[in-house]
Amino acid sequence: MGTVTVEGIDLRFPTSSGADVIALNNLSMTIPDKQFAVIVGPSGCGKSSLLDIIAGLKDPSGGVCRLDGKPISCPGRERGMVFQNYSLFPWLTVLKNVEFGLSLQGMPQKQTTERARHYVNAVGLSSFENAYANQLSGGMKQRVAIARSLANNPEVLLMDEPFGALDSQTRVVMQQLLLGIWEKEHKTVLFVTHDIDEALYLGEKVYVMSARPGRIIDTIPVNFPHPRSYELSTEPAFVELKRRIQHSLHAEVHKALSTAA
Amino acid sequence: MTPAVAMTSSLDRILTPRREISAALGNGAGIAVAGAIVLGWCIATYGGLVDTTFCPPPHQVVAAFWKTLMDGSLLKNAWSSLVVINVGFVLSSIIAIPLGIMMGSFRIVQAALEPVVNFMRYLPVTSMLPLLILWIGIGIEEKIAVIFLGTFFQQIVMFSDVSAQVPKELFNAAYTLGAKKRQIVFRVLLPATLPGVIDTLRVTMGWAWTYLVVAELVASSSGLGYMSMQAMRGLHADLIFVAILVIGFLGLVTDQIFKWIKLVALPWARQR
Repeated sequence: MGTVTVEGIDLRFPTSSGADVIALNNLSMTIPDKQFAVIVGPSGCGKSSLLDIIAGLKDPSGGVCRLDGKPISCPGRERGMVFQNYSLFPWLTVLKNVEFGLSLQGMPQKQTTERARHYVNAVGLSSFENAYANQLSGGMKQRVAIARSLANNPEVLLMDEPFGALDSQTRVVMQQLLLGIWEKEHKTVLFVTHDIDEALYLGEKVYVMSARPGRIIDTIPVNFPHPRSYELSTEPAFVELKRRIQHSLHAEVHKALSTAA
Repeated sequence: MTPAVAMTSSLDRILTPRREISAALGNGAGIAVAGAIVLGWCIATYGGLVDTTFCPPPHQVVAAFWKTLMDGSLLKNAWSSLVVINVGFVLSSIIAIPLGIMMGSFRIVQAALEPVVNFMRYLPVTSMLPLLILWIGIGIEEKIAVIFLGTFFQQIVMFSDVSAQVPKELFNAAYTLGAKKRQIVFRVLLPATLPGVIDTLRVTMGWAWTYLVVAELVASSSGLGYMSMQAMRGLHADLIFVAILVIGFLGLVTDQIFKWIKLVALPWARQR
């Protein structure tokens, strides 16, 4: 199971001027088991902070997040995370990086390697098994990070703008790869991005988030059938949804820019 | 392209910041500068520009080197210095590495150690020499103590920095993969600090040589610094040159050893 519920989450930071910055305000949402959910929002809206809270890496100022009804208070292997800047362990080879989570649990070496190999293979890096991170491109590093999370068999996969640092061609390839894996594995995914095309191409449900303080201002079911082809993005229904999100985000981006200045 | 244009364009390339040059040109430049210094030394001494009592010509230094090598005094003194520096340096390092890494990553260790460490760090070890001589004498123990005190408080701060600079994302990644606190320390923090630890050892070893020579100059009965001091009393400038060159050579060798260790043991830390 992997149902994530977010119940009235607040996040405030104290500032030197005395007034708290409110990053998230009474935010609630439910991501049902096995759903590919995408949060799209302007930069600085607190979408990454929300992910950190669900991961257990950050404590909310109020409210509670649950996984299958159990309150989340600390990080755990049932909530895997993929970060924007890859964060591979540079002293480990590709295979050892993917084995990392399993070896923490004390799984026998033979089984660990077998399982890690399977996922290294799934992300197309079999011939780089013994390479270190300093020998890999950005796209390859992120593939390792995805394999590392999946090998650990989490119930939820949290992805924090994982393709944000990649060039647009690589990004498309990575999106297709991720979608292909999700269609097979069918896990709950919570994916954060500021790229509307990415959100619509990947998501079954897209949550649009407001500028600070972050709230969900629109929830859009995306019912394109799987497997999805990237040509989807030129179809009228896709363009229509894109227009809808753009419209809600446009005002928010302006708000974010004016408060930032 | 005319030769004149080729000349300007290659000169232009050499004078462009951060532009790579050929290996031959690079090695040539290095040899040229070293050669010029030796040449200057030859001209000054053989040309009679300086008093050779105070600045001996190269052949005299080579002869002094050979003589001390043959009578065993050079090796005895070099060995004495090497023992002192290695014992002092290893003692300092095996305590400073774990303490420094903890100081950089555990706030409580940082809070407890920082006041003392920062005070001691700015206290020149040379100012403690009289006290050390009074307490421990002028034997090997005193020199080891000088090296220990001189390197330890520098090392602990540098190891602490190395530890504090391990990216938080690595810890977060490990936590979301299910790592417990102990696993975070042993499977993330420690391996992540390795390249920085080796770099720090390399730098502080250079400083340790300085403290060693200071200790040997002030009060000692053996070692390369002592050899220099004795030579000064006997007005044997050639022997001082020998001691300086041997210290420089040993320093260079140690530096290369650390470089080599990092290259071989930590292939993943290579910059690309």
